[in-house]
Amino acid sequence: MSTNAMATTTSQPLDLLKRYGIWIAAAVLIVVLPKIFTSGAALTTMSLMGIMIVFSLSYNMLLGQTGMLSFGHAVYYGLGGFLAVHAMNMIAADKLPIPLPVIPLAGGFMGLLFGIIFGAVSTRRAGTAFAMISLGLGELIASLSLILRGFFGGEEGITANRTKMLTLFGVRFGPQIEVYYLIGAWCLVCVALMYAFTRTPLGRMCNAVRDNPERAEFIGYSTQMVRFITFSLAGFFAGIAGGLAAINFELMNAVNVSGAQSGVVLLMAYIGGVGHFFGPILGAILVVLLQVMLSDVTGAWMLYFGLIFILMVMYAPGGLAGLVMLHAPLWRNNTLHHVLPAYALMAGPAFLLLGGTVLLIETAHHQLVRAATEGPAMHFFGLTLQSNSVIPWATALIAIAVGLLLGRRFAPRLVEAFHEASSPAAQLGRIGGA
Amino acid sequence: MDPQSPAALSLQDVHKNFGATPIIRGVTLNVQKGEKHAIIGPNGAGKSTLFHLISGRFPVSSGRIILNGEDITGLKPYQINRRGLSRSFQVTNIFPRMSVFENVRCALLWHLGYRYSFWHNIRKLDDANDRAYQVLREIGLAERAQMPAGQLTYAEQRTLEIGITIAGGAGVVMLDEPTSGMSRSETAHFVDLVRRITQGRTLIMVEHDMGVVFDLADRISVLVYGQIIASDTPAAIRSNKAVQEAYLGQALEAAH
Repeated sequence: MSTNAMATTTSQPLDLLKRYGIWIAAAVLIVVLPKIFTSGAALTTMSLMGIMIVFSLSYNMLLGQTGMLSFGHAVYYGLGGFLAVHAMNMIAADKLPIPLPVIPLAGGFMGLLFGIIFGAVSTRRAGTAFAMISLGLGELIASLSLILRGFFGGEEGITANRTKMLTLFGVRFGPQIEVYYLIGAWCLVCVALMYAFTRTPLGRMCNAVRDNPERAEFIGYSTQMVRFITFSLAGFFAGIAGGLAAINFELMNAVNVSGAQSGVVLLMAYIGGVGHFFGPILGAILVVLLQVMLSDVTGAWMLYFGLIFILMVMYAPGGLAGLVMLHAPLWRNNTLHHVLPAYALMAGPAFLLLGGTVLLIETAHHQLVRAATEGPAMHFFGLTLQSNSVIPWATALIAIAVGLLLGRRFAPRLVEAFHEASSPAAQLGRIGGA
Repeated sequence: MDPQSPAALSLQDVHKNFGATPIIRGVTLNVQKGEKHAIIGPNGAGKSTLFHLISGRFPVSSGRIILNGEDITGLKPYQINRRGLSRSFQVTNIFPRMSVFENVRCALLWHLGYRYSFWHNIRKLDDANDRAYQVLREIGLAERAQMPAGQLTYAEQRTLEIGITIAGGAGVVMLDEPTSGMSRSETAHFVDLVRRITQGRTLIMVEHDMGVVFDLADRISVLVYGQIIASDTPAAIRSNKAVQEAYLGQALEAAH
């Protein structure tokens, strides 16, 4: 009623721009990004981000939207990827007239098929029982992947050649840039579809089942059926992500269906924030960045990864999206700049705390893991330090202590500034003052 | 019973045991279409259990439950709800993280035939959106439409609970202590609301407030230790000796 009335009062083009603006912007961004980040490494990273965005959003259909904690979502991603690899090999061998861009669909249908099969079993239960069943199924497939060598290729996995497919418009998908755009297009379509899903009757009932499964049963819905359909659809999108990965790497192996992969997608969704649709997108981008960049510069990158996860769970359970949305009232009040000085003030302690922690971890890592073979000399941001001397340890601990002290001292100012800027009175004051 | 129009709800010798303990010990009850039927009785009589049996939350140990002439014994809550019986809960039972509007809209999706659709854009479902706003206006929560349901006041949440219960258009509405925990003025307001929104429907309610019971009900059944000791008009119940001895005497005195 009132929404209809609002829609008719706004002018047509503005309405269209408002509704589709974000999608147009996303499409433009996907096209433009490779022009800005031109290196081969950047292109590989961005391709992986596109794949992981689809994967983590599909996971959040379960966790964030329906309240189902799955420890085995990589099963659908991996199986989709394996089927895509086999499909590519079959098509190449038989010279079938099927072009590469539709291969992810094969992955999607594999994910859907196993989503239906395993979903029928696991969605009979909710909560902890569902989580345990998903874990069991995940382990089952992971161990099968080492036994069924014909399908999974054992330790080495199965390779494919994406360029041996039917060529359309002269595009053979040899260069990474062409694969990047293929992934970008699939990513955009999948994100749009998964967003649309949240705005359907079933999508809304997912939230209802998450919030209060008992009540959902008393308004006519079988919570098991809601979970089952959603689980199958999440499997479909995970399978598409797997198909894209198969195209991107031209290789699938046991790691892709493993519990570790299931853990990564859980971390991505959670760090990004499961309470908002766009959260897992942020999470996928950040985690891929960390994986690619941190693993290059430090051997202890998994530790950083774990620390970030723990800090997020403890202090920002809403994830990155939750932190972003914390600023929404300030954005509406147009008072975002009011908190900038307080944030700037916190930058010093934050830098000390972060630097001290990194130095501590790196020194410890060097001393414990590498000093035995490489000697105590270590490189830290251009400096050469001795990991067995007192200097790096003391510096790190002092930096952490000072950072904590200053942070505690400045924190009330930030809280106060934030509180003022987010209250409705801030807006009134601003208008009155102007 | 007139075979042309079956009772809206009919219980035939319903029993329920928890382990070896009998809680409901042979309840037979007929509620006619359009009747406002109150179930009263002392604490622990099994009123809430009876509600859970009728709405399918618990299975019966023996006996049959007939809704509009159809046997619903052993059906799941959602199957019973789809056949036109809707209930509220004694403890507020809403979808706290969803908006008030979304709470009501979800409650009518099945009954408008959208079922498990993931191919309709919910914003374009005019029938669902219009009906949800209509329900919100009826229960007086239209101004709270966009607020998360968990942030409503207690009385507002109780009201929303009723809104969710009636939104789907069920012919038989069961309210479990609708006014529990409310102040006197809130209760008076609430009785008006219940009267208004259950017009033309069959109402079955459990209620402790005797003022509310005698105000709303056409018929009253008295449940004591899992058995109905009387089922009659309010006037007849008031003067029933057995009822006074078992329950009503103290309850009416306590109300004064």
